[in-house]
Amino acid sequence: MSGPSTYEPKSGFTRWLDRRLPILRLSHDSFVAFPTPRNINYWWTFGAMLSLCLVVQIVSGIVLAMHYQPNIHDAFASVQRIQRDVPYGWLIQGIHAVGASMFFLAAYVHMFRGLYYGSYKAPREVLWILGCLIYALMIATGFLGYTLPWGQMSFWGATVITNILGAIPFVGESIQVWIRGGGAIDQPTLNRFFSLHYLLPFVIAGVVVLHVWALHEVGQNNPTGVEPKTKDDTVPFTPYATIKDLFATSLFMLLFAVFVFFMPRALGDPANFIPANPVQTPNEIFPEWYLLPFYAILRAFDFNIGPIDSRTAGVLAMFASIGVLFILPWLDTSRVRSMRYRPAAKQFFFIFVVVAILLGWCGHQNPGTTLAKGGQFSATLNWVTGGQSATSQIVAPSAPEFQATSDAAEAQARAQGAAMTSVTREGSVRATLIAVTGGTRQTHTFTADNADDLEAQITAAKAHIGGSAPFVQVIRNTPFLFTVTRFAQLLTFYYFLFFLVILPILGLRETPNRVPDTIAKPVLGETQGAS
Amino acid sequence: MLRGIAIAAVASAALFAGVALAANEAEPPEAYPFSFNGPLGSYDMAAVQRGFQVYSQVCSTCHSMEHLAYRNLGEPGGPFAEYRVRNHETGEMEARVGLPAGEHGEYVDVVNNPYVRAIAAGFQVPDIDEATGEATQRPARISDHFRKPFANEFAARAANNGALPPDLSVITSAREGGAAYVRSLLLGYTGEQRGMQYVNNHFAGRLISMPPPLAADGLVTYSDGTPSTREQMATDVASYLQWAADPHMEERKAMGVQVLAFLLVLSGLLYLAYKAVWRGQSH
Repeated sequence: MSGPSTYEPKSGFTRWLDRRLPILRLSHDSFVAFPTPRNINYWWTFGAMLSLCLVVQIVSGIVLAMHYQPNIHDAFASVQRIQRDVPYGWLIQGIHAVGASMFFLAAYVHMFRGLYYGSYKAPREVLWILGCLIYALMIATGFLGYTLPWGQMSFWGATVITNILGAIPFVGESIQVWIRGGGAIDQPTLNRFFSLHYLLPFVIAGVVVLHVWALHEVGQNNPTGVEPKTKDDTVPFTPYATIKDLFATSLFMLLFAVFVFFMPRALGDPANFIPANPVQTPNEIFPEWYLLPFYAILRAFDFNIGPIDSRTAGVLAMFASIGVLFILPWLDTSRVRSMRYRPAAKQFFFIFVVVAILLGWCGHQNPGTTLAKGGQFSATLNWVTGGQSATSQIVAPSAPEFQATSDAAEAQARAQGAAMTSVTREGSVRATLIAVTGGTRQTHTFTADNADDLEAQITAAKAHIGGSAPFVQVIRNTPFLFTVTRFAQLLTFYYFLFFLVILPILGLRETPNRVPDTIAKPVLGETQGAS
Repeated sequence: MLRGIAIAAVASAALFAGVALAANEAEPPEAYPFSFNGPLGSYDMAAVQRGFQVYSQVCSTCHSMEHLAYRNLGEPGGPFAEYRVRNHETGEMEARVGLPAGEHGEYVDVVNNPYVRAIAAGFQVPDIDEATGEATQRPARISDHFRKPFANEFAARAANNGALPPDLSVITSAREGGAAYVRSLLLGYTGEQRGMQYVNNHFAGRLISMPPPLAADGLVTYSDGTPSTREQMATDVASYLQWAADPHMEERKAMGVQVLAFLLVLSGLLYLAYKAVWRGQSH
């Protein structure tokens, strides 16, 4: 794709250097002469923004590391010192914290771009996999960095995530202790998280070099998904792509600046301004916004799958949801790259985008929150006033026979004229039976919009009935509840359906649109993409 | 029989009254038009100064602000920062404390600021007597951090029925709703008490261990003569706590306006450059 080098050293020094270290030749071929498809649109400018983000994070991070103290007693205060006393510390810290969010924002757009235009298909599989690797490293780095301010979310986020690692089959517990540096999150954890948070960005930088290398080997994809056929289909990277990237990156920096200067705390959780307290769990523990979809997938598994318990299933699903991206080049069977010419796939893709965003929304809700319900909560209270109550003991021969024994005892009491009976179990085989005879049987049914209101009504009613009845029988009816967890389960199902079923089958069955003739020929005169 | 029916009737009536008891979720904070709201808002320094007075005389009995030092009060943008401002009538340079937004003056370094020095000297902080090695108390210097009301967490809990008064350095950042939440909370007491707790409609669970701190008007006598109603004190101390949590806000917003203006011009120029480079190229 790159073809023979067109670099010609101009001066004596560059000729001398070119024979010894052809670094200027490499730069010229990679960033100046590199042929770029004419028709790439603004969705192709996010690579430049991501490079900028990586540099900004590394530079601001190095400065922060000069002032930050990775010590559980001093970390929170040292971040406050950076904010208050370090010259422009508030700016550097703000850029670093907002920068993490901007990095992920750009990465997500970049990934959805690749997904839509089929940039993962041959010959770009390795390019895509390297990108996935960078993304996985970004997740690890972002998580480690969020721990460092040592606020409540830092501490409890680290606790939840390391607990998750403990659920990995066979090796989980060893990994958990190894990563924490002990049984619980403590000083050794913070020390190694700081060390790794400083290390991983340079690993990312290394993989980025491979990513760019692979890109320059196979060339850029373009919105049509059809490879450029002649030299006329491409323009040199500089100045054409360079200036377009600069313009788009400038707009991106505008958004970046809006957050840094006008709402630096909007993307964080207020709870992280409370110093970490190992004995006080916050009401709700959330990761940062960019990890919420995976958090929702983790929590969607509230049921066991055969021998796999719900926690392990959630962890496996969470890792699988990222892992599936790595094998995407072999899951999508369609030979057509761009979804521009795949009307059916395009619809499934847009549903996928919405699903991913909704998963993020679910990740920030209380999993038990009811979104819709099939009816009202109701309870029926039965009690007897003014009767005689008799207490007797039930002893079953063995625990498995308890239910039958107690049912028989109740039936017998009722046959003897008891209006109501109650069994209070006191062990595996023993129970107390209260039977009420005579009196007036009372009943009341009430409804409520939620379980809390219903319980409050039951408690209030019981208090009013008080001692006038020996006991009150409560029959609760819970309607079908469509909770956040149920919703997340549906969304998780689609997430995996899209990759594992829709893309493989659709590629074999769909009829793609015909690629316009103009694209089969040199593209001059065609007016697609941005302008 | 009649008794049974009566009880059933009472029970039914109670059911419908019972609903109100169940709602113990906090009321959202009441919106308040603080001067620092919005992208261009700045601090009302007179309110921040009064708020510091409320903090010193009321809140600081129980609440520490360990991340603040007395010198912070007199640093640029602080409520007691001293500026030399020219009097337009006499042409003389006069001292001004806490520069009102929009005015310009020459900043006086905090080490030469008599107001902050006097504020610090009014507090006794623990130290070690260098002659004897014994623990001692001395008047605070401007480099000292705010005096802590309790020596440690245990002392704080012991003095507060087991509850720990939170540090207030970043309280407006640490609570959903920020300064408006703090203001609402201070005014949210209903006057009821349950055991050692107080009913407060703006607190999660509606029961708070903190006794009403601003129980009556006139609790503090403002040095600038502003009438110290409960609302006034709550608003002022919320403004002060917002400044304490975000002391560089004014500098940040001012720089933000410049950065955005620069980036807008840069984006415009880059767009024109982009158009110029691509002119005549089909794409």
